[in-house]
Amino acid sequence: MSGGVDSSVAAALVAGQGHHAIGLSMQLYDQRDGQTFGSCCTLDDLHDARRVAHALGIPHYILNLERRFQETVISNFVREYAAGRTPLPCARCNSDLKFSTLLDRARGFGADHVATGHYARVERRPDGRWLLKRSVDPDKDQSYFLFALTQDQLAAASFPVGGLHKPAVRAEARRLGLQVADKPDSQEICFLPNGDYASFVARHEPAAPRPGPIVDERGRVLGGHAGVHRFTVGQRKGLGIAAGAPLYVLKLDAETGTVTVGPRAALERTTLTASGVNWIAVDAPAGWVSASAQIRHRHRAASGRLRALDGSRAEFIFDAPQPAVTPGQAVVFYDGDLVIGGGWID
Amino acid sequence: MQRIYLDHNATTPLHPAVADAMVAVLREEFGNPSSVHHFGQRAKAAVDEARSAVAALIGAEPSDVVFTSGGTESDNLAIRGAAEALERTGRRHLVASAIEHEAVLNTLKALARRGWSTTLLPVDGTGIVAPDALREALTDQTAVVSIMHANNEIGTVQPVAELARIAHERGALFHTDAVQSAGKIPVDVKALGVDLLSISAHKFYGPKGIGALWMRRGLRLLPVLTGGKQERNRRAGTENVPGIVGMGAAAALARGKMAEEAGRLTTLRDRLEEGILRAVPGTAVNGARTPRVPNTTNISFDRIEAESLLIALDLEGIAVSTGSACSSGTLEPSHVLKAMGFPPHRTQNSIRFSPGAANTEAEIDRVIAVLPAVVEKLRALTRTPVRA
Repeated sequence: MSGGVDSSVAAALVAGQGHHAIGLSMQLYDQRDGQTFGSCCTLDDLHDARRVAHALGIPHYILNLERRFQETVISNFVREYAAGRTPLPCARCNSDLKFSTLLDRARGFGADHVATGHYARVERRPDGRWLLKRSVDPDKDQSYFLFALTQDQLAAASFPVGGLHKPAVRAEARRLGLQVADKPDSQEICFLPNGDYASFVARHEPAAPRPGPIVDERGRVLGGHAGVHRFTVGQRKGLGIAAGAPLYVLKLDAETGTVTVGPRAALERTTLTASGVNWIAVDAPAGWVSASAQIRHRHRAASGRLRALDGSRAEFIFDAPQPAVTPGQAVVFYDGDLVIGGGWID
Repeated sequence: MQRIYLDHNATTPLHPAVADAMVAVLREEFGNPSSVHHFGQRAKAAVDEARSAVAALIGAEPSDVVFTSGGTESDNLAIRGAAEALERTGRRHLVASAIEHEAVLNTLKALARRGWSTTLLPVDGTGIVAPDALREALTDQTAVVSIMHANNEIGTVQPVAELARIAHERGALFHTDAVQSAGKIPVDVKALGVDLLSISAHKFYGPKGIGALWMRRGLRLLPVLTGGKQERNRRAGTENVPGIVGMGAAAALARGKMAEEAGRLTTLRDRLEEGILRAVPGTAVNGARTPRVPNTTNISFDRIEAESLLIALDLEGIAVSTGSACSSGTLEPSHVLKAMGFPPHRTQNSIRFSPGAANTEAEIDRVIAVLPAVVEKLRALTRTPVRA
C-alpha cells in the first residue's frame, strides 16, 4: 500500500472479497529526518496508507526494505546510467523487490498472494500457465513494467484494479469513503520526484561525472559534456550545442565518454536485440513469430517479427523503423493484450 | 482474536482505578492550582496529594518532585537544566552510558553541538556499565553523569549507587533515568544516592503525557520551559491536573503491590524465557539475567529478521517489540545490543517481551506454543540470510 488511490482500492477489493488481508507498505529510503527525496511512500503517503488500512479494518505494517532497495534498484539505476544506458527502475523493483523480497515476507506472515495497485491482468490458462495481460484501461496499462515476473511470481500476484478503468477506481475509492480518492497520480520514478537523475547518479557514483566530447555521426567534435550519465538516447534538450537542424542523442559510449548526436532520422532503427529475456505466454520461440514490441512506457507497441536467441536473448525486427531504441530500457513483446515476454534492450 | 499484550515496557494500560480518579478530576476539578480561590485550592489539594504519592514511590519528599510531561522532558530538564546551570563554573563535560534511552543520548548530542564535550561509557557483554570506565571518563570539568537505572530493551539494572558515588567523588552531579524501574522494583533516591531521577507514569499503569523529575534539595537547574512560577519556578505552565492525579493514583497502587507483583512477574517472565529457549532452537537471552527488572526479557532468534517476527506474532495476536518502541519504523540495529559488542546480525534479530499486570500463565504458554511454528516458517522463507 503506497498510500495512493490504486493500491488503496486494490486493498479494499481484496478485503471486500472476504480474503484475510494484511496491509503492507514499503519504506525504501531513510525518512527519519523528514526528508522527502521521493514522491511515493513518503511519510505523508505512509500516513495515508495507515488511515486507509484502518478504515478497511485490516492490519497495516511498514516494512523496512531500504537495504534491499539500495542493493537491487538504486545500485542498478546508478550503474546503468554510468554505463551510458537508460535504466527502468520500476520494472526492477517489481521483479526484484515487490514480487521477491516483499512476497517472501508476506508468505512468512501466512499470505498466499501479494495484491498491488498495478494496472495489468494476470490469468491462468487451462494448461496451468500464468499469463500477463494489459489492463483494460490502455492509458494506465503497466504490464510493460511487469514483464520480468516469472511463472512463480505471477502465480502469487494479484492486480485487483487491472480490470478497471482509472475513473472507476477513483469512483470506487469515493464510494468507500477513502480519503485518497482524489489524490494525484504519483511520479514515474518514486525516488526522483524532481526528475534530476543526473545529480542523483553523481551523488551515488562519484566516478560517473567524467567529461567527454559530443561528436556528430562522422566523429567531428561539436562540443563537450560533463558525463554520459546526463544523457539518454533520443534526448534533444540540454546538449548545449547550437546547430541549424535539431540534434538528438544517437549513442552513448561510456568507455570513451563519447556522446554521438545527429538528426532525428538517424535515430530510427528497425532491429533490436534484448538480454535477460523472460518468456511468459510461450516457451522461447525458436523460429520467427509475429508480435508487436513496446520499447518505452509511453510507446505504442509496433508490429514486427520476434525470435529467441541463445542465452536468454531475443531479436525483434520492426515492420517500420522506430525512433530511439534505448539501451537499458525494456522491450516487451505483445500479442494483442497478451504479454509474450520481454527483456532489456542491448 | 484473543490478543496477548507483552509490550509493557512500551506502555501499560491505564489501571481502572486510575481512570476513575482522572475522570473525577476531569469532571469536578477544573480549577487552576495557582488560583487563590476555592476552585484553585481544590485543584491544588489534588495535586499535593498526587505529589505525596509520587514522592513515596521513590522515597522522596514531595517538594522535591517536579511534574513534567513525561520521561523525555524529565531527562531534558535534568541534563540541560543542570548543564546550563553549571556552565558558568566551567564544567562543560557530560557523561552517559552508551545504552541510554534516546531522550538522554540525543540531549547530549544537542548539547555537544553547542560546545559541551561528551563521553559515552561502554558496557560489557551483559549490558552493565563498569565502574572503572566511569572513573576513567570523569574529569574536573564533568558537570553531569547520566546513567539509567534499568534498561528499556534488556531490563538490566545498573549499579547506580556505586556509579553515583564515583561521580560525586569528582564533584559531578548524577542523574538516573528510572523510567523502566520505578513501579517495578524499589527505587529509593536516598539509597541510590543520586541527584536527579526521572520517572514516567504510563510505564506503571498511569496516563501518558505526565512524568516527574526528582531533584535533590538545594540543587539549581535552569528551567527548560520558561514562563510562570509553577512547580516552584522549575517547570512553567499550568499543571496537567488530571495527569498529575492519575500519576499519583498509579504510584500509590504500584507501591502497594510491588513486592507481590514483582514476584509474580518474575515467575511469568522466567517461564516465558525458559519456554522459548527450550521450544525454539537458535535462541539466546541478551543481557545479564540478574539484576534485571522482573518483567523484561530480550531474546535473539538466529536467522530471523526481528521486524518480520514482530509482524508475524502480531498477526497471531501477540504484541511484542523489537528493542524500544521509539526505534520502530527504522531497521537500525539496536544501539544497546551494539554497545554490548554483539555482531550486526544479532542486533537485528532480537525481540523484547515485557509482560505486565494482566498477563496469565495460560497466555505465556500460548506464546511458547505458537512461537516455534512461526519462527520455523520465517526461517524457511529467508532467501538471503541476514548478513552478519
